[in-house]
Amino acid sequence: MAAHRPPTGILTDIAAAIGNTPLVELRRLAPRPGVRLLAKIEGANPTGSVKDRIAQAMVTDALASGALRPGQAILEPSSGNTGISLAMIGARMGHPVRVVMPDNTTPERERILRAYGAEIVFSPGAEGSNGAIRMAERLAAADPELFMPFQYANPANPRAHEEGTGPEILAAVPEVDVFVAGLGTGGTLTGVGRALKAVRPGVRVVAAEPLPGEGVQGLRSLEEGYVPPVLDQSVLDDRYLVSNREAVVGARRLMAEEGIFAGVSSGAALTVALRVATEMEGGTVVVLLADAGSKYVSTGLWDRDLDTLAEEMESAVLW
Amino acid sequence: MSQVRIPPVLREAVGGARDLEAAGTTVSEVLADLFARYPALRDRVTADGELSPFVNVYVNGRDVRYGDGLATAVSAADQVILLPAMAGGSV
Repeated sequence: MAAHRPPTGILTDIAAAIGNTPLVELRRLAPRPGVRLLAKIEGANPTGSVKDRIAQAMVTDALASGALRPGQAILEPSSGNTGISLAMIGARMGHPVRVVMPDNTTPERERILRAYGAEIVFSPGAEGSNGAIRMAERLAAADPELFMPFQYANPANPRAHEEGTGPEILAAVPEVDVFVAGLGTGGTLTGVGRALKAVRPGVRVVAAEPLPGEGVQGLRSLEEGYVPPVLDQSVLDDRYLVSNREAVVGARRLMAEEGIFAGVSSGAALTVALRVATEMEGGTVVVLLADAGSKYVSTGLWDRDLDTLAEEMESAVLW
Repeated sequence: MSQVRIPPVLREAVGGARDLEAAGTTVSEVLADLFARYPALRDRVTADGELSPFVNVYVNGRDVRYGDGLATAVSAADQVILLPAMAGGSV
């Protein structure tokens, strides 16, 4: 068995437990005998998501460059995970953290953020992540005392994956042929994609993109369409839309067939990984499962009627 | 005829419809069919004859920019989705 972490020993602090996440073979879900399907379990990070990696990288980078002073307050737009990761880092390093979050995410996120001592500013849920970004930009412009890491444009975001997640995958599975991850800021796909392609130019990097519900799409205009600066679209080889319903089915299959408790975006990434794997003759597919399921329990993701749940998700921001 | 999903932001240009039927064997032909019937749609979806950078087109969920672009084949059973480009995901 591969040792992802030292079997014994003491880490210097909780931030040292970030990364080196397990890679788990999905034997029951793999759709073809010749195609190996491996899941990178980012829910194993300290706050239960991949965002611990970039929160640590962005704060370390800003302290080193002087953009962030010791004790200075941090402001960030986030639908939950990045805010929670920054709140963990902030609590440990003495930075107050304020998170701008759409008002229709799950109550767990609000509770967890407050537990870490973060302050929450709610943005209109119908405007989705774009609305949270706009509000955070206004707040940051009005108060020069706030430092905004801004994961959508911060090069430390993809770099954390280029120097961390990508090399971890290559070390464990140098024969990787396809990498699949959810598309949010684009940091994971860009960073991991660059690391993999530097060594294996033929690797395919595939994005799973959320099909937003009607309620979330409602107020968005084309002119406000936003392509995150950290997303290097030249690294992507394919991009698939995944509906809320498909994402839920994927999360349920991860739980029922592999015993993996992961969130909605993981279900979406799995959906795309299965689609890609089904079309392959042979090879190895690595799918990144961005967070654990714990922040979604209140939604009834695993136990409620699928139609009712899919309908409700039309007006929520879950991933 | 393929089914085309219109996002809320573009529905005003097509008389409020959420889904439209359109003829054509490629994305380009399907869009041309829609533009002929709803001229206001053309300026919202294309720029200089290319897809606007702020609009994504998907055939059965796959972004056509990573396929054959506007030449991507469309069959009668396929679903075409137009969507504004946007941030999203587990952020």
